[in-house]
Amino acid sequence: MRNRRAVLKSALGLGLAVRGLRVLHAQEGDPRKARPREGDRFVFAFGPREGETIRVDDVPMAGEQVICYAVDPASGAVRDGSRLNQVLLLRFDPRSLAPGTSEVAADGVVAYSGICPHTGCDVEDWSEEAEYLVCSCHESEFDPRDAAEVISGPAPRRLPSLPLRSEDGVLVAAGGFSAAIRFRKEF
Amino acid sequence: MTDRRAVLRRVVGSLVLGASVVAAAAQEPSYRPVTQERLLSPEPENWLMYRRTYDGWGYSPLDQVDTSNVGSLVPAWTFSTGVNEGHQSPPIVNDGALFITTPGSRVLALDARTGELLWRFVPELPEDLQQMHPTNRGVALWGDRAFVATVDARLFALDAGTGEVAWETAVENYARGYYMTLAPLAVEGKVLVGVSGGEWGIRGFIAAYDADSGDELWKTYTIPGPGEPGHETWPGDTWRTGGVSVWVTGAYDPDLRLTYWGTGNGGPWIGDTRSGDNLYSTSVLALDVDTGDIRAHHQYHWNDSWDWDEVDPPLLIDVERGGATRRALVHPGRNAYLWVLERGADSIDFLDATQFVHQDVFTSVDPKTGRPEYDPAKTPGTGERAVFCPSWSGGKNWPPAAWNPDTRLLYIPANENTCSYLEGVEEEYRPGRTFMGMEGGFVSREGADHYGELQAWNLDTREKVWTVEFERKLWGPVLTTAGGLAFIGGTSDRYFRAFDAATGELLWRQRTNSGVTGVPTSFAVDGVQYIAVLSGWGVDAQRGTAHLDGAIGTRTYVPQGGVLWVFALPD
Repeated sequence: MRNRRAVLKSALGLGLAVRGLRVLHAQEGDPRKARPREGDRFVFAFGPREGETIRVDDVPMAGEQVICYAVDPASGAVRDGSRLNQVLLLRFDPRSLAPGTSEVAADGVVAYSGICPHTGCDVEDWSEEAEYLVCSCHESEFDPRDAAEVISGPAPRRLPSLPLRSEDGVLVAAGGFSAAIRFRKEF
Repeated sequence: MTDRRAVLRRVVGSLVLGASVVAAAAQEPSYRPVTQERLLSPEPENWLMYRRTYDGWGYSPLDQVDTSNVGSLVPAWTFSTGVNEGHQSPPIVNDGALFITTPGSRVLALDARTGELLWRFVPELPEDLQQMHPTNRGVALWGDRAFVATVDARLFALDAGTGEVAWETAVENYARGYYMTLAPLAVEGKVLVGVSGGEWGIRGFIAAYDADSGDELWKTYTIPGPGEPGHETWPGDTWRTGGVSVWVTGAYDPDLRLTYWGTGNGGPWIGDTRSGDNLYSTSVLALDVDTGDIRAHHQYHWNDSWDWDEVDPPLLIDVERGGATRRALVHPGRNAYLWVLERGADSIDFLDATQFVHQDVFTSVDPKTGRPEYDPAKTPGTGERAVFCPSWSGGKNWPPAAWNPDTRLLYIPANENTCSYLEGVEEEYRPGRTFMGMEGGFVSREGADHYGELQAWNLDTREKVWTVEFERKLWGPVLTTAGGLAFIGGTSDRYFRAFDAATGELLWRQRTNSGVTGVPTSFAVDGVQYIAVLSGWGVDAQRGTAHLDGAIGTRTYVPQGGVLWVFALPD
């Protein structure tokens, strides 16, 4: 019956709305699935330091993005229950950041969603020459110094940003994503 | 069609009320079942599978539209799919019921004569799905069902009369990078599919499902496991994540009961990460249709480092060699060679290979085995950049070539003058994430004055008979007909064109809403011949255009949005 329900939901806006509420409810109830929020810290998503808390100094200056997940300070849960929760951290000379971006940066570190708003692929490539974030599926480029503005490619809008602050050198979320994690699934 | 409209209304009504739709389905008017006999010998007016016939010719025996009157071809009707991105499916037609698919793995059933919507199937896709290739290449028909392989790696059997789901099965786990874009192949009561995901560290396979029950009947990996022949061509654990995807519908020889499938490149992209021949990457496989056993194979090129998938299956064509007729497998490769092989019950033998666009990687092709040798300077390595031609898009990508038995010419949608650079970078495998291990880009060959080419080849003499050049790259599948015509779109200028199949003379063209990357088909209803094609730019055609723009400093805008165009002669 799953399929008939799928057809029904796709045919009726009401079905989609109901499903959206259910998803939201699930995210609220499970800290692993909830999006990053104010007070969260960050841990490496992969590699030899997977799970370790990320400090400002851990983010390479003008280098490739660090892919990470937020951590719920109350339960200690890593918010890796959804791929859509991944966060990219990058660090630049604060003087090189655009005005709107410097306001949400912490010691030159900026944070963005790691999900491309085109078809939802992971933004895990990096252009060393241009210092742009690059989607690994369709090569959309984003300027991390300027609120992840779209430079080229099919992405319809910039990556949502995540405001940061630092507490004794540890990176902490100063709020949630600037926009919902949205992308084209059905075009 | 009045009855079907009524059924559609009842179905919608039932859904709104939350009631079962089964009762409505039971009242569906007759739909002529698709049998093995019909697939082996389709009526001239029908187009029942991806390339119409199991031999992959892409040829229609209809001749009402011919070289003398094609110039007056006009649109009979159009249908907007309401979907963006790459529309690549052929309009598949059974007695006036027409089926197309769109990105998002949607299926639309239309009245082939009037364009009226009969039903629509929209699968619900997972929230966290990534889509590197948002496209679908069509349905398969068997019995009273239509089958679609989805971008989240499920296979659906739909009632061809109503669109209701008869069964579904998970072919693999999308969260680990598996997906499907190909049209399934229906043969002998089985539905065969292959999996995409070569850029995501998958282990490719071809699998067969029972058309009635959805039960898996066999599954054959394109990378041999421990203890299987060929496993030794993969070092260490590289076989687990070596790619070798299968994303274009296979061919079938009913006499040999063998089905032929092309395979993708190994992963990550750079060969020195998986030293060895990497069987059965960039190969053609002959599988026993009953068991899935690999009866024979031929590897076009070993240890690929150029992203030259060879997923297009060979066309089954009888060719003349030395006064004898050979049952051949013909494959215009992404590696820019036209491969002619001979097929047998337990064998695939190399006959010859002819370069059809500039290629600077192979230094030789063994005249007995067909095994190429490579120029090391043209072979990218980890930390070693190489520039090579053709580009990683290849001398010919997935858009299928076509064979016309009347002209005895093979029509190849080719790309000339494109080159790439690639350098391997070390990458750790992480489930569900891209696993390509490369940096690269595109360059234009010095002195290039065009890129796309539609080529016509005499396979008996191994000579190119004519070439039509296009200013930009060509991404168009080819249809050829008994009317002496070859139809193709595939250019960023949005035209769909008809050429004289004997001479290459342009006889007709229609500018469409978007770029045409759909597989064109021809069918007839009530004695009227139609030519049908989906226009809808996206995926690799869009990306390839952007790459060429970057290489030569141009900016090209091709609007998106799928529209099915159906043409006929004026009344």
